[in-house]
Amino acid sequence: MSEAQEFKHIGQRTIRPDGHDKVTGRANYAADLALPDMIWGKILRSPHAHANIKGIDTSKAEAHPDVFAVATHADIPNSDAGGVLNILAKDKALYHGHAIASVAARTEAAAEEALALIEVDYEVLQPVMSIEEAMADGAPLLHESLMTKGLAEEPTSPSNVASRMEMNKGDIEAGFAEADVIVEREFRTATVHQGYIEPHACTVRYDEDGQSMIWCSTQGHFGVRQSTADILSMEQSKLKVIASEIGGGFGGKLGVYLEPVALILSKKSGRPVKMQMDRDEVFKGSGPGAATRNKVKIGAKKDGSITAMEAHLYYESGAFPGSSPLGPGCMTVFTPYDVENQYVEGFDVVVNKARCAAYRAPGAPQSEYAAEMVINELADELGIDPIDFRLQNAAKEGTQTMYGPKLKAVGLVECLEAAKNSDQYKTALKENQGRGLAAGFWFNVGGDSSVVINMNQDGTGTIVEGSPDIGGSRASMQMMAAEELQMPVDSLIPVIGDTQSLPHSNPTGGSRTTFATGMAVIEAAADVVSQFKERAAATWNVTPDQVEWKDGVAINTSGDGELTAAQICAAASRTGGQISGRGNINAQGAGPSFAVHLADIEVDPDTGQTTVIRYTAIQDAGKAIHPSYVEGQFQGGSAQGIGWALNEEYVYNKDGLLENPGYLDYRVPLASDLPMIDTVIVEVPNAFHPYGVRGVGESGIIPPLAACGTAVSKAIGIWMTELPMSPPRILKAIQDKS
Amino acid sequence: MVSVVYEAPDSIQGAIDLLANATITTKVLAGGTDLIIQMQGVNEERLVVDVKKIPGMMDATLSDKGLDLGPSMPCAEFTARDDIKAVYPGLVEAAYLIGSTQVQGRCSVGGNLCNSSPAADTIPALIANGAQCVIKGPGGERTVAVEDFVTGVAQNCMDKGELLTLIKIPRPAANTSDAYLRFIPRTEMDIAVAGAGVSVTLDDDGTCTAARVAIGAVAITALLVPEAAQALIGTKLDEDALQAAADAASAASKPITDRRGTVEFRTHVVGVLVKRAAKIAAERAGG
Amino acid sequence: MAKTHVTASINGDVKEFLCEPSDTLLQTLRDELGLTGTKEGCGSGDCGACSVTINGRLVCSCLVLGVEAEGTEIETVEGIGASDKLHVIQEKFLEHAALQCGICTPGLIVSTKALLEENPDPTEEEARYYLAGNLCRCTGYDKIIRAVMDAAETMRGGA
Repeated sequence: MSEAQEFKHIGQRTIRPDGHDKVTGRANYAADLALPDMIWGKILRSPHAHANIKGIDTSKAEAHPDVFAVATHADIPNSDAGGVLNILAKDKALYHGHAIASVAARTEAAAEEALALIEVDYEVLQPVMSIEEAMADGAPLLHESLMTKGLAEEPTSPSNVASRMEMNKGDIEAGFAEADVIVEREFRTATVHQGYIEPHACTVRYDEDGQSMIWCSTQGHFGVRQSTADILSMEQSKLKVIASEIGGGFGGKLGVYLEPVALILSKKSGRPVKMQMDRDEVFKGSGPGAATRNKVKIGAKKDGSITAMEAHLYYESGAFPGSSPLGPGCMTVFTPYDVENQYVEGFDVVVNKARCAAYRAPGAPQSEYAAEMVINELADELGIDPIDFRLQNAAKEGTQTMYGPKLKAVGLVECLEAAKNSDQYKTALKENQGRGLAAGFWFNVGGDSSVVINMNQDGTGTIVEGSPDIGGSRASMQMMAAEELQMPVDSLIPVIGDTQSLPHSNPTGGSRTTFATGMAVIEAAADVVSQFKERAAATWNVTPDQVEWKDGVAINTSGDGELTAAQICAAASRTGGQISGRGNINAQGAGPSFAVHLADIEVDPDTGQTTVIRYTAIQDAGKAIHPSYVEGQFQGGSAQGIGWALNEEYVYNKDGLLENPGYLDYRVPLASDLPMIDTVIVEVPNAFHPYGVRGVGESGIIPPLAACGTAVSKAIGIWMTELPMSPPRILKAIQDKS
Repeated sequence: MVSVVYEAPDSIQGAIDLLANATITTKVLAGGTDLIIQMQGVNEERLVVDVKKIPGMMDATLSDKGLDLGPSMPCAEFTARDDIKAVYPGLVEAAYLIGSTQVQGRCSVGGNLCNSSPAADTIPALIANGAQCVIKGPGGERTVAVEDFVTGVAQNCMDKGELLTLIKIPRPAANTSDAYLRFIPRTEMDIAVAGAGVSVTLDDDGTCTAARVAIGAVAITALLVPEAAQALIGTKLDEDALQAAADAASAASKPITDRRGTVEFRTHVVGVLVKRAAKIAAERAGG
Repeated sequence: MAKTHVTASINGDVKEFLCEPSDTLLQTLRDELGLTGTKEGCGSGDCGACSVTINGRLVCSCLVLGVEAEGTEIETVEGIGASDKLHVIQEKFLEHAALQCGICTPGLIVSTKALLEENPDPTEEEARYYLAGNLCRCTGYDKIIRAVMDAAETMRGGA
């Protein structure tokens, strides 16, 4: 890409194409579809955290006059399919809320009534609710045959540790030997939930003739098709999945929970089935983000150069092995630092909690929180400004990462400089206030994206993409297509195609959509332009390279003649048939996005109450396609991270039962809890994207944990090491000190 | 599933007859902000008696003698009454703190009382103001002090067939005012982790001559704490007196540890709230 | 159990419908009347996605029984703005990019309208507290509050 591209549409703040429907209530989400003769499915969930299932008697539920079908694990056609034990439990209930059985009935209320008639014979077992409990000698085992992967020596007995991993570069021992100052701390973060406002829901119809349909809210409908077809032993061609509008996901809507069950119920009943989780089911049975216990040790010389960084990371996976984001947690922990000697060891541990799901930059907030807290304490110990300390050690182009590649051009230094120049950093604090700064790194991904641009006979177009639009991405697809086609933005309407309209597309996750699907859109648009040129050339009897496409018009450069898109499309049937452009790509070269945040927090020393008084989020977007939605990603990530830092946590009782499965006591930030969130968009272009785009969706949730952690620590004069920093924890820290 | 028989009588007697003669579980519906949630997942038949059409249940009359408050008046209407706010600012603040704007449109002081949660915001404020509950039932009418109304977690003194028909709040003496404060982790939408309602009366030189201190969310019911009031009476509400009241409130509290707070946290914070509320009440009383 | 017949004005149209006495107004609006613009996020009054007004007062429709609608005037998001002309609040939400996933948006539009009818000139703090019962997990509220303040100013006549 060229250094200084001139854009007509990119960088503008257009009105999103789906906006009108969303402000008027017309947009259809997962729960909004009703079909004729539709019945309602509900799930029976385990009242225990850990229990053997000795028997399930569904006969009374089946005899209920309004019940059409009942399903248990025994009804699953392919019981070897991945993740199937989380869809409906078989021999063991592994967490409070684990799906045990399901019913489809005439009404939702009747289905609930029938669930109460299902008799499950449980043998209650001792729950394992923390990393310590899980790794203790003689701990109850969740899975009798779970052997730890990744150990130097093959284990001889099962345990609750699913895997161990290790990465290093340089010589960690030598690095610490060089250090003048070493800070080592252990941190804890709680189980959290993505907290999307729309509960999981779907409406499905099984069709014996191979026209089955699922309408659901998902980040990836191709993945829903793949998983559901696998579980039901169906061919993918016989299942159409339509992605409804999606009411938030943040990683929590990448998997399937209801869809296969609903399709089994539909198959058994012969009726369309609708399922919708209640909010408490969302908290109990979906998500959550992993709880962690992370030890970090960092050493530096007096001059501020970091000599060694070491981490030991323990991630709860939930009830099933390998579900924690341990890998990315380990890979990201020290990436913001160009330090020769780094070492990380990590463990994935099963506990009797819901199976972990991805949550925005999965794994990175937890590990980078620990690292950034230690960096800030070390800066304090050395008497160096935390921005200067980071600038001195910052990762930049050419930095060797611990996990493999060397970094290409990245924007960490630029973000740090923007933080230093920010109004917030220059503003003095008052009594009981503290300021925290932290950096965050996330890789971002590319992968398969499929796009078709269908031109209409009047010269307008439809952009059919396979990436569910979770936060306004249709606006950026429209803008990129318009830029490439040099046509008005509103002449190109983006839609999310179903699984029968496009080849496979990877889900909306990993901050990939604007980058990867954007590249596919650009490729599809270029394909359209080349066809426009061919058609115009044929009309003028010249070669396509003698045609220039400019401002939405084909120009004959070797003679007279201009043809608009509308004219070319109107004549298409006479020049070779209708026109559509294709962009089916596997996008390579996703650019990492660094973020730097500043938090100012006031603490009431008598109660431990925290108030975020000011916040600035700075992040490298490569190139902001639609700046408003880029800022929105920074702000939304900040808010989720602030909630994670201050008040959000799953609270379990001594029996391992979740005590706060609702928004009343799972405390996400409210409008009245937050200040305006200032943003700075840094643009260090990603050389692998035609416009320089980097994904921006995830990095913003990483820095808030340590930014808030440090702000609170500074306000009370105690280094806090556990999240959330709820008022009781802060007050206790203050009281313990005095 | 819950199966509901819905009735909306237009008289107190009509409501009492329905409640007294029912053969199934009865529930009184005012704003429903607790009731409708509590009915979720219940598998039985319920008689729901909507009392909002009964004259007087939704009104509030302020006179020289005090406030006669219809138990079902939505808090949004109650808190908009500047005349009431001028006399009982703490009680109005307590009512304002319940739930969101949306909940305010439905919830009521009487509903908050009858739901009988240990963490109800208006109960300490009502107790601080010496409020009385007028209860009517098949056996006639009786009056119970608010501090005696709630008898346990979600339990109160009302018998089958009885209905809370009026909340009577006496007119405060001269140079008297009140305040209510609660602690929640966020700025809104949470249930009180601790609460404190304080009413103080000052004489001309600023000495406290009478006080009532009530605390919430730190025991199975809201508590009237005479020891905390005694610590204030006879003082000019100096730091020592306020701390003594705070200590008395902490000593009187018998909290639990749950998803909202710990014993230690609640015990400490309820004292902080008493101290701060007493200060505000004194400023309002003209001290 | 027999269903109850209810007559109410919904977005200015008199509607007659049947509902189970245990049904919430939210269920009635969505499942009986097909007005799916009102969203369910929690069913317990904690998220505000189901906000509607009854006789002009803002409520969570999940905390109202359908039978209580008898004789009332209800406004939902579908009643705000005309098909060919958005309400100022809706326009400002779009201009300020005050939505990402959009699931909380109908509730916020309804609540903002109620706010500005009660208080045409709110401070930022008043707006934040009035809307505290409307959860948004995507935006961090910044752009929502800017849209609300801009809408307020525009509705006051650009003062």
